[in-house]
Amino acid sequence: MSATAVHSLWTMAGEVTSAAPGDRFTAPTIEYAQLAPVLIVIGAAVLGILVEAFVPRRARYTTQVFLTVVAIAAAFAAVVGLAADGYATKNAQIAAMGAVAVDGPALFLQGTILLVSMVSVFTFAERRLDPASHGNRVDSFAAQAGSVPGSDGEKAAVKAGFTTTEVFPLALFSVAGMLVFPAANDLLTLFIALEVFSLPLYLLCAVARRKRLMSQEAAVKYFLLGAFSSAFLLFGIALLYGYAGTVSYAGIGDVVDGSVQQIDPALAGTMGNDALLLIGAAMILMGLLFKVGAVPFHMWTPDVYQGAPTPVTGFMAAATKVAAFGALLRLLYVVLPGLTWDLRPVMWGVAIVTMLGGAIVAITQTDIKRLLAYSSIAHAGFILAGVIAASPEGISSVLFYLAVYSFVTVGAFAVVTLVRDAGGEATHLSKWAGLGRRSPLTAAVFAVFLLSFAGIPLTSGFSGKFAVFKAAADGGASGLVVVGVISSAIAAFFYIRVIVLMFFSEPKADGPTVAVPSPLTMTTIAVGVAVTLVLGLAPQYFLDLASQAGVFVR
Amino acid sequence: MSFPLLTATAALPAIGAIATAAVPAARRTAAKWLALTVSLATLVLAGIVFARFEPGGERYQLTESHAWIKDFGVRYELGVDGIGVALLALTALLIPFVILAGWHDADPSPSSQLRSSRGGPNETNPYHWRPTQGFFALILMVEAMVVLSFVATDVFLFYILFEAMLIPMYFLIGGFGDRAHAGSDENAAAQRSYAAVKFLLYNLAGGLIMLAAVIGLYVVAGSFSLSEIAEARADGSLDMATSTERWLFLGFFFAFAVKAPLWPLHTWLPNAMGEATTPVAVLITAVVDKVGTFAMLRFCLQLFPEASKWATPVIIVLALISIVYGALLAVGQRDIKRLIAYASISHFGFIVLGIFAMTSQGQSGATLYMVNHGLSTAALMLVAGFLITRRGSRLIADYGGVQKVAPVLAGTFLIGGLATLSLPGLAPFVSEFLVLVGVFSAYPVAGVVATVGIVLAALYVLVLYQRTMTGPVREGIGGMPDLKVRELAVALPLIALLIFLGVFPKPLTEVVNPAVQHTMQDVQKKDPQPEVEAAK
Repeated sequence: MSATAVHSLWTMAGEVTSAAPGDRFTAPTIEYAQLAPVLIVIGAAVLGILVEAFVPRRARYTTQVFLTVVAIAAAFAAVVGLAADGYATKNAQIAAMGAVAVDGPALFLQGTILLVSMVSVFTFAERRLDPASHGNRVDSFAAQAGSVPGSDGEKAAVKAGFTTTEVFPLALFSVAGMLVFPAANDLLTLFIALEVFSLPLYLLCAVARRKRLMSQEAAVKYFLLGAFSSAFLLFGIALLYGYAGTVSYAGIGDVVDGSVQQIDPALAGTMGNDALLLIGAAMILMGLLFKVGAVPFHMWTPDVYQGAPTPVTGFMAAATKVAAFGALLRLLYVVLPGLTWDLRPVMWGVAIVTMLGGAIVAITQTDIKRLLAYSSIAHAGFILAGVIAASPEGISSVLFYLAVYSFVTVGAFAVVTLVRDAGGEATHLSKWAGLGRRSPLTAAVFAVFLLSFAGIPLTSGFSGKFAVFKAAADGGASGLVVVGVISSAIAAFFYIRVIVLMFFSEPKADGPTVAVPSPLTMTTIAVGVAVTLVLGLAPQYFLDLASQAGVFVR
Repeated sequence: MSFPLLTATAALPAIGAIATAAVPAARRTAAKWLALTVSLATLVLAGIVFARFEPGGERYQLTESHAWIKDFGVRYELGVDGIGVALLALTALLIPFVILAGWHDADPSPSSQLRSSRGGPNETNPYHWRPTQGFFALILMVEAMVVLSFVATDVFLFYILFEAMLIPMYFLIGGFGDRAHAGSDENAAAQRSYAAVKFLLYNLAGGLIMLAAVIGLYVVAGSFSLSEIAEARADGSLDMATSTERWLFLGFFFAFAVKAPLWPLHTWLPNAMGEATTPVAVLITAVVDKVGTFAMLRFCLQLFPEASKWATPVIIVLALISIVYGALLAVGQRDIKRLIAYASISHFGFIVLGIFAMTSQGQSGATLYMVNHGLSTAALMLVAGFLITRRGSRLIADYGGVQKVAPVLAGTFLIGGLATLSLPGLAPFVSEFLVLVGVFSAYPVAGVVATVGIVLAALYVLVLYQRTMTGPVREGIGGMPDLKVRELAVALPLIALLIFLGVFPKPLTEVVNPAVQHTMQDVQKKDPQPEVEAAK
């Protein structure tokens, strides 16, 4: 099958509404309705900043939570509305002068991101877990992020009952970036979306109420390595521009598969130079693989997951992964299908080391958040196996897996926030011993999430894993399936170890207690469990949704 | 649409499990009675299935078929054949005995009762630890999954159940240990969780390798339905490359060989059976492990006939090693439960041998063997459990002269033991004889080696009996009470069944034989003609 034939399998022509060359000064046409989800979220984020400035401190928390929840719900409604108008299927469009695609994968991923963000925001807003300090209910975030840990300023801030309600607008900005990221249809939009969702995340990582030094260390690591990977991405973009003379996905794709030969005089020396293409593509991939946490670009994952406030970890682990895999899919399927054969060995290698590396290193972990971090790396490997399948089933299986994985992740981290001792969350595994005897319900819920991570049948994890492995096997990547199965067996070991610890070990006398959460966190966990079981028992509807959504506009 | 009888037979224990788990903490006894009632009702349904099954009729009967996950090509397809119906009946029959035998096994230990009577934190928490309810709910859950796996005719559905049943089994092994443990409590807990994890990892690894093969099968065949694949094979539209078929066969067989278990993948069984309570040990070896041997017959032979024939020599050698090795190790055991575990490994060797002898006697014998081994092991193991609970030790050396103190217990133990060594007149004899006849006609040398297993079986059973039951009454045995009514209600029906099926196996052979003929057609094998006839 030739490259162009493969290409036409999963892309379809959309109407490109770009201005004709020559009349450069006409105002850009912006399809506000089609961009509504993003605009709503950004608008609410800006409003949230104003709330911080003008609303009295007492009312800020309520106002921010209300604003955030309403904004995300409205954006989700907008996504559903667009999908109902057929933008996910036959009416797929490229909006905003070719910068943003409004098509099936974009809408599916945006919907997933919004729902996951919604349940994550619930855990952000949780104020019943920590004991009240000086008569104020507090959440997981520092009283005043700017105060030096352990200083008098910090004590004063705590005593005054300050809370960091800025986390809500920050989360909204991040969500806005994530919404654009998988929909970005040119490389510059991709880069800007990346920065828009990354910068608030760096900040959010730094504002833990407890273990503040660890949290700040995590933020610095994340920021430095994130900046490093952004630089790679940007350099890759520059090289691809040199190669194709354009940053639009469709334009680069045309040059890659040879359907456009027209040479821009300014770029006559470089255009069509395959070295630029290969190096540029590799660098962009590096930037994206960093965000999904694939080996060997995963080094930040365990430290950041461990150090960040747990609600942020859950949000980041779930939503970032969805957004970044969305962007990776679009890039591979729209821009670089002509490179399938060149990239395949590399992607195979990355997928294999990611699956095995994540699973093997996770065995030695003693901290539940680090363990989940390595587990997320292994899962990134499984998803990559579906990405590599290079077929419509590959796209839909990845979409499905992302939806499955993100809800389980948010739910699992929400459970982690509940298990506490005097020093805050008790994340060391030894403290989880005998949890099943003390609080069987909490332990049982966590066991459900772990079984889903392990891919045991009748949980959503199994449906997802089966979908990507089937797509990979169909796409001729049986080797990846075998490696995937082996690393699933390895991974099962450490998930099971946690279950053993919870249920078969005697509880320790000074063990942690399980805090009784407010309905907010309860909702998060309940949604996680419900999605896990429903997608495990009857995934058909959602598989249909994912496969209908599995066509990229071009 | 007719009444979905098979679904009902599986759904009843599943619903019963949920109901049992929901019984309030203080109503332990009610939970037990509920579980027992549900298991008896399931037995009635299984009896109806057995009665409605027509041995001479269609291959798969009482079929049900519904779309399930269209994207994966998965259907909810059920149907029962002669082999399935026999094992379904065995499962439904054994569960009430398992529940009855485990009546007190999951009661809260005296120390924790003390705690809760003082009004500990447990009393205030509505979700607190309820071991008794959990124990019986898990047993019923296992029953539901095993029943469904015997009637699933969709490979994917079967796979899901095959994997999912590990989870309740794992909690049964790890969560409810044998009180009669030599070491300290902590030591016992550590060994128990080791056994549970070993069980789970072995079986999960097998299952995941099978998953790769299941996906591979779908890629090759485009369907998970047994009947569709068989049709496609018959009309030639499905042409598997030889090497593909062999790889897929190995993937499936590996999982089943772990489950069965076959040497050298057997090492989880003695641990699991030793550490679990006796009813759970019976559940493992008499019920759950049968899914492995059943699946060899149903899936390996039917889906991959050529590869099955290709692998036969190696599998027969492995089965022979299992028979002799299991029996030898059983002779050397000092722990009663581990002895029975190794004896079971030897018996599973016989079952696999019968299946892969590829003769109709061999396969009929293997199917009967599955049923009879379930009954005889249940009888032996459960009575052994009663014995162990009395003395509080699993070591053979701690016993002696029991028959003077508790003659009924000793008598039932002896009959269970004699069934295990296949004494003529008891049910296992019929099946062992059939297997050996089947093997001799195809592979005479293998038949000779397998016979060694029988001799060794006599050795380990009789020595066990001699050391524990005869001789002078040892310290700690004197004053041992004999079997109580509940225990007799477990032991006597099992013994009656063993004797009945030993003299009159027809009800079973009648349903099994036609199914075996179908399987023989799948692998396109005919029985070797007796040479005497050929000479005429």
